[in-house]
Amino acid sequence: MNNRFFLSIIAFILLMSCKQDYHLTRIEGKRIEINDSLTGNQDIENFIKPFREHVNNDLDSVLAYAVDTYTKNDGELNTAIGNFMADAVKEMASPIFKNRTGNAIDIVMLNHGGIRSILSKGNVTSRTAYQIMPFENSVVVTGLKGTSVKEMVNYLQKSKRAHPISGISIKLNSDFELMEATVKGEAIDNDKTYYVATNDYLYNGGDNMSFFRQGDSLYKLDYKIRNLLIDYFKKVDTLDLHADDRFIKTN
Amino acid sequence: MKRRKFIQQTAASSAFIGLGGLTLSSFNSVTQKKITILHTNDVHSHIDPFGPDDGRNANKGGVARRASLVETIRKENPNTLLLDAGDIFQGTPYFNYYGGELEFKLMSMLKYDAATIGNHDFDNGIDGLYAQLPHAKFDFISANYDFSNTVLDTHVKPYKTFIKDGIKIGVFGLGIELDGLVTKELFKETIYLNPTEIAQDMSRILKEEEHCDLVICLSHLGYNYRNNEEKPSDLTLARATKDIDLIIGGHTHTFLPKPTIEKNSVGKNVLVNQVGCYGLYLGKIDFYFDSDKNKSADGTTIIV
Repeated sequence: MNNRFFLSIIAFILLMSCKQDYHLTRIEGKRIEINDSLTGNQDIENFIKPFREHVNNDLDSVLAYAVDTYTKNDGELNTAIGNFMADAVKEMASPIFKNRTGNAIDIVMLNHGGIRSILSKGNVTSRTAYQIMPFENSVVVTGLKGTSVKEMVNYLQKSKRAHPISGISIKLNSDFELMEATVKGEAIDNDKTYYVATNDYLYNGGDNMSFFRQGDSLYKLDYKIRNLLIDYFKKVDTLDLHADDRFIKTN
Repeated sequence: MKRRKFIQQTAASSAFIGLGGLTLSSFNSVTQKKITILHTNDVHSHIDPFGPDDGRNANKGGVARRASLVETIRKENPNTLLLDAGDIFQGTPYFNYYGGELEFKLMSMLKYDAATIGNHDFDNGIDGLYAQLPHAKFDFISANYDFSNTVLDTHVKPYKTFIKDGIKIGVFGLGIELDGLVTKELFKETIYLNPTEIAQDMSRILKEEEHCDLVICLSHLGYNYRNNEEKPSDLTLARATKDIDLIIGGHTHTFLPKPTIEKNSVGKNVLVNQVGCYGLYLGKIDFYFDSDKNKSADGTTIIV
């Protein structure tokens, strides 16, 4: 018993002295491209398949028909696709806002850069809405005094871009100077509160639209712009879109 | 008495194994261990490969292909870790339809070992991320997000250690400042802590307290900011810390053709790597450890 114990101790000491110390001697780093030279793992493929089919069926079911192809560069100060987006927000978000607050949405303003793709002639699907609006932005409404609405007009006048607007009419002269700005045919009243709908990205300072923050109230409708577009596509049969005179420059 | 006898027997049998080992390999021979680190970042819900008509990434990417590649590499070297540097969410309708469930389930099937949290992983709010956690069989690690006052409290660890073939590997996570990038309503009471200070702390803990042989930082800070050198990035982090062997980055979608070698605060080499986005590439870093006592520890060769 004692001998065996002694032998164990000796062996243990030997073992400890022999404990190997490992040093980092070499590092090799590279990247490997994932391409069609690799065969996909079949278990993974099979797992994805039902999800893919569901998403594709849903995305590709036809909701409406576009009579033409529309792009955000079709016009100088207002475009068919921009007008459609702003008008759709007004039409779809107004009942929700009215229901919650008793007020109507007076004006809608989005941003030109927020139209992320063209709207192609032919079948319009949910996928179209994902292409035009891939971001998760939602509709917000803020109550702006006429003075702030005038700042908004000033912003539009200076940017000289076809930012999507609805509910407001702006006329500039050939030097881009403001001739007239009206809401429902009336001049903007400095003291009146106008309910302006936009998206949360712009409300939070996106594209330097700081006038939104001057609002005395903020209503979050929890309605994603993309879902709003999908609902609008479901509501209408045909998209026959046009530029008009809501924001123009006289020659 | 019984217990004592058991200890003796254990000692004797391990001694036997030790002596047996001695006869096979003498003290002078070199044995080598290899640890492989595989990594992705900013996959952004890209589950399917890009189609043949895609303007930029035709026929590239795809989770099923990545799975095959990872499987092959793991067969070659079972001592492999698979890590992701964040922004798993957002980018294809899969995320909009399933909220990240599919991404996490697939990463679990690929046996990811850990991931850190990117800003887009908050896109369905911190509650949206929390709701998907049951689908992830891997851990989320972040050392500079304090989640104490959020639903993620106790669900995210600052770091994780792994032992592969006797080599201890410590991995800690770092996230980008959320203010100005993500609306507060989404990240709620998450507190962002200075990543450089946290990294100095983490590397000390992993090296000195946890005695890790390898220290890896899984970062979503971004590779570097040329117009704002003050902003914490993987390169500023590499220079300001010590004892980190590898920084795996994300956020800036930087396609590094090969890892960057940067000098740390004590003049030692740190590797910084990032593989762009959308699962188009898999990063692979092999660390070789030799048992040869004659070689000095700082004679590390880097082949990139």
